[in-house]
Amino acid sequence: MTKIMKYLTKRQCMWIGICVLFIVGQVWLDLKMPDYMSAITTLVQTEGSSMHDILIQGVYMLLCAFGSMMFSIIVGYFAAKTAAGLAQTLRGKVFDKTISFSLEEIDRFSTASLISRSTNDITQIQNIIAMGLQMAVKAPIMAVWAVMKIAGKDYWQWTATTAVSVFILMIVLAIIIIFALPRFKKIQGLTDNLNRITREHLTGIRVVRAYNAEQYQENKFAKANDEVTETNMTANRVMALMSPTMTLISSGLTLVVYWFGAYIIEAAEVTEKLGVFSDMVVFSNYAIQVIQAFMMLNMIFIMLPRAQVSARRICEVLETRSRIQDGVGYPSTAKQGYIEFKDVSFRYPSASADTLNNISFTAGKGETVALIGATGCGKTTLINLIPRFYDATQGQVLVDGKDVRDYPQKELHNLIGYVSQKAVLFSGTVTSNIAFGDNGKGEIHAEDVHEAISVAQATEFVERMDGTYDAPIAQGGTNVSGGQKQRLSIARAVARKPEILIFDDSFSALDYKTDRTLRSTLQKKTKDTTKLIVAQRISTIKDADQILVLDHGKIVGKGTHKELLRNCPEYLEIAQSQLSKEEIEND
Amino acid sequence: MTEKKSVNLKKSFSDFFSYIGRHKVALFVSVALSVIGSALTLIGPGKVGDMTNLIKDGLTGTMDISAITKIAVLLAVLYLLGFVVNYVQGFLMATVTQRVTQGMRRDISEKIDRMPLKYFDSHTIGDTLSRVTNDVDTVGQTMNQCFSTMIFYIALLIGATLLMLHTNWIMALCGIAASLAGFAVVVMLISKSQKYFILQQQELGGINGCVEESYTGLQVIKAYNGEKSVQSDFHKRNEQLYDSAWKSQFLSGSMQPLMTFAGNFSYVVVCIVGAVLAAQGKIEFGIIVAFMLYIRNFTYPLQNISQALQSVQSMAAACQRVFEFLDEEEMADESEKTALLQEVKGNVTFNHVRFGYNPDKVIIKDFSNQVEAGQKIAIVGPTGAGKTTIVNLLMRFYEVNSGSISIDGIPTTSLTRENLHNLFGMVLQDTWMFEGTVRENLVYNKQNVSDEKLDEVCRAVGLIDLIDQLPHRYDTMLSDNASISAGQKQLFTIARAMLEDAPLMILDEATSSVDTRTELHVQQAMDLLTQGRTSFIIAHRLSTIKNADCILVMKDGDIIEYGNHETLMAKGGFYADLYNSQFEQAS
Repeated sequence: MTKIMKYLTKRQCMWIGICVLFIVGQVWLDLKMPDYMSAITTLVQTEGSSMHDILIQGVYMLLCAFGSMMFSIIVGYFAAKTAAGLAQTLRGKVFDKTISFSLEEIDRFSTASLISRSTNDITQIQNIIAMGLQMAVKAPIMAVWAVMKIAGKDYWQWTATTAVSVFILMIVLAIIIIFALPRFKKIQGLTDNLNRITREHLTGIRVVRAYNAEQYQENKFAKANDEVTETNMTANRVMALMSPTMTLISSGLTLVVYWFGAYIIEAAEVTEKLGVFSDMVVFSNYAIQVIQAFMMLNMIFIMLPRAQVSARRICEVLETRSRIQDGVGYPSTAKQGYIEFKDVSFRYPSASADTLNNISFTAGKGETVALIGATGCGKTTLINLIPRFYDATQGQVLVDGKDVRDYPQKELHNLIGYVSQKAVLFSGTVTSNIAFGDNGKGEIHAEDVHEAISVAQATEFVERMDGTYDAPIAQGGTNVSGGQKQRLSIARAVARKPEILIFDDSFSALDYKTDRTLRSTLQKKTKDTTKLIVAQRISTIKDADQILVLDHGKIVGKGTHKELLRNCPEYLEIAQSQLSKEEIEND
Repeated sequence: MTEKKSVNLKKSFSDFFSYIGRHKVALFVSVALSVIGSALTLIGPGKVGDMTNLIKDGLTGTMDISAITKIAVLLAVLYLLGFVVNYVQGFLMATVTQRVTQGMRRDISEKIDRMPLKYFDSHTIGDTLSRVTNDVDTVGQTMNQCFSTMIFYIALLIGATLLMLHTNWIMALCGIAASLAGFAVVVMLISKSQKYFILQQQELGGINGCVEESYTGLQVIKAYNGEKSVQSDFHKRNEQLYDSAWKSQFLSGSMQPLMTFAGNFSYVVVCIVGAVLAAQGKIEFGIIVAFMLYIRNFTYPLQNISQALQSVQSMAAACQRVFEFLDEEEMADESEKTALLQEVKGNVTFNHVRFGYNPDKVIIKDFSNQVEAGQKIAIVGPTGAGKTTIVNLLMRFYEVNSGSISIDGIPTTSLTRENLHNLFGMVLQDTWMFEGTVRENLVYNKQNVSDEKLDEVCRAVGLIDLIDQLPHRYDTMLSDNASISAGQKQLFTIARAMLEDAPLMILDEATSSVDTRTELHVQQAMDLLTQGRTSFIIAHRLSTIKNADCILVMKDGDIIEYGNHETLMAKGGFYADLYNSQFEQAS
């Protein structure tokens, strides 16, 4: 939590200072009010006091109440601004930091966790600052001040009563904290469980019905439901103690103070009796304030651990440095569209074995190099090394003759058009998605967008969309089909006019016909562009200049389709699973 | 607009009350206890007033200690009784609330099984899920927090008003007028601030969406140098959010001080008016003390009720969503159906089947075909052609508009869905696995499956190696992130279908993202599965279905051609086109 406070700006620190000042003022006013009350009491009791005097005291008291409210609102104003401001700073910083992460850091945190760190955790901090700040400052000040006021008056019986009340309060709160809080924490997990079971039920609804497994599913749900209910019930039953206890303590306290008061007054000198009486009225008010202060302190103890967790999660992100940093040199190279892997090995940070083993190959300008192999053999890992999503553990990846680590990342990415395995679209329009980002060659114009869309065989459906090229795309591209998404993300890569195009299994959602037309158009329109294609279908890569067959991170075959059919058993196996005998023999 | 809203509110509340009707007794007791509790709370101030008068009398004369003690003891008993009554009430309410939410969750879950698939195909999983969890939670929390306190405070409010009027009407009217004036301001402020809350929620939703999108698409953002544009969008949103965030935080933070002031204001007014009256000798001092407590019992419930009313609104919305779901149309009741198919040969007849997902948009116009027992039917077509429609109709996930599908001459509509589902084994493309052990995933809801039988099936589908590698074999837990590949998942679902051993089979072939070696296994396992069974296969790879007895070619939802491979090729239609396209060279 203290680490988070570092991110407060100077101005926000000043605001907090103002808050503290006004809180002190507010406590002073709150504690001043009983004084006026006692004055009124005395005046009423005294024979012949004038109406005017009573009214004056009343007005003072009202002014106090009004002042207290104003101060409290002012505090609220600055606290709200500080909290929202800090949240803004943190949100911005976490976002910028995450954007700068390489895939290695993303994998370590997981995307879902990073999302909740940037959203929920920060909202949590904002709420804590807005409410907790006031309470954290006010509670101790109020407790100490009120205790001082009480202790200043020389009635040990009353002081003892207050102490006992605070003690009882603490015990009850301790019971609640010990019995209810762990259950509330547990509930989160149980609710997730319930969610999971319902999600399973819904995603597998066809299977559930086909197997007549409704009752099976129902029993599972009932078990989770019972668990949540029982835990909730216990926790809430304990929590139900809170409000009756508060009522009992505050009313009981007043009662006991008055009761003892009767004895004290009885014992007091006649002249002092009236003084003791008004002290009694005032004292009972202070005592309630003390109880309230302790109550607030307790709230902070309940809220703080949650805030701590959020704060730690945020700090973890902010303190992580991306492993991949920009290269310093600005290499100008003679070569174009040239990729070379020199004895490259790669191992994921937590893995025990290499994912890629001594990979070497070259791809020249305009060539098409295809990668094929079983899932998990390292195809995606291999191509991820080119745009430096990861850095090779051994060996060198060269683009246009220079090590990728020597490029500023931006320059490197300008050379590459990358199409990911899972098509990603952003909310916006068709055009904003195609002309996405920056290719270092200035704005991507409408003609380029249209051209790219036509290369990607997407013209037909784009022009049928409402608003054609400016048709809206929903978040995650949910308003277009899988195949359409894939074509749009291919168009995005083409529109960059890069030297190198990388397709990571980017044709999988297309039917054979579209797949074929797309690739032949691509071949015609981007003759000079080097292409790296990862694929599962033999038919997609049959006519590549060079096919690399990967198996368990090693290259086990290199050559054209025909060569590989003859000399690479792994390739033949793949071919046999996809093509009929005649089709293989025809080649 | 408001008219409609209030009607809905009323409906959701009447639904709610009839829903909680089953807890009538507990609720009635709870309400009764609330009223008793508030009565006990209200007796207090009068007694404290009496006690104060006695003490005050003691100031000048002798203190009547025994009378004071009597009142004090009575009060102590009252307070303790109040504590017990309030706690029992809270305890009961916590119990009822949990039982109600448990029931709601159960009802929703059971409802899922009674609804037609049409609902789930047209609603997102997230939507249904949030009804089971978020909405039910909202109902539960509001019920627990507001519902019981609401009755208590309303009783308290009424009681306090009556008592004050009874004790001294002048002071009562002044006090009530003062607090109502204060609350009028608060209510005005709440309605004014509503727009900032809505704005904040919207902007928060927007920024969270932006975060989610950027993080999940980070790879693409980096590869396209799109960091700057997403960052500028994010920071703009962040800036806007700051504005609405601090405003709504500030406004909601101001409620409390304002309400406190309204309370204090009426408190001071009562003091002053009381003092004036006392000075004139019209009332005794004890009445002022009593009034100070009464007025707290008047303003405190007001504060709480106005807060509770806000949550009640969100509860009404949540209730509405829950009941809306529970009121959705269900599948037709089948209890009167008597036809029962147990031993089937597997002849399937399509007789003039006409179907459309929307009644006004028929996609399958008139389809008739005869499938002999043991035949293999392949369904082909480009992505999005509606191949799963056939599955939906065979399994009666959707009902045909007209015509019929019969098994061994008995129309499926005259069978119960349960009976029909027992006849079919099904393997879908979305391999559905749930968190549980391997055994649970394989056996699913089938009873008494021996390990030998499991071994036999797993050996047949080629899963046995994997099973042997698992730490606890069949008792190994499978969780979401278990390292089971897509292909292995497919094998699991095939094994599950094999264990079910149904006479008819529906198969959806693996997608291209399954690695080729596992795919071979999958293919072999599927062949094994279809042996001797009438099977419907949704095919993605044309080479594998050439030997099918009948091929249904689908396009835009309709079956446009059918026949075996040779006749379809000879026809030279869409199928021939599709088939040939995979062998053409991309050049």
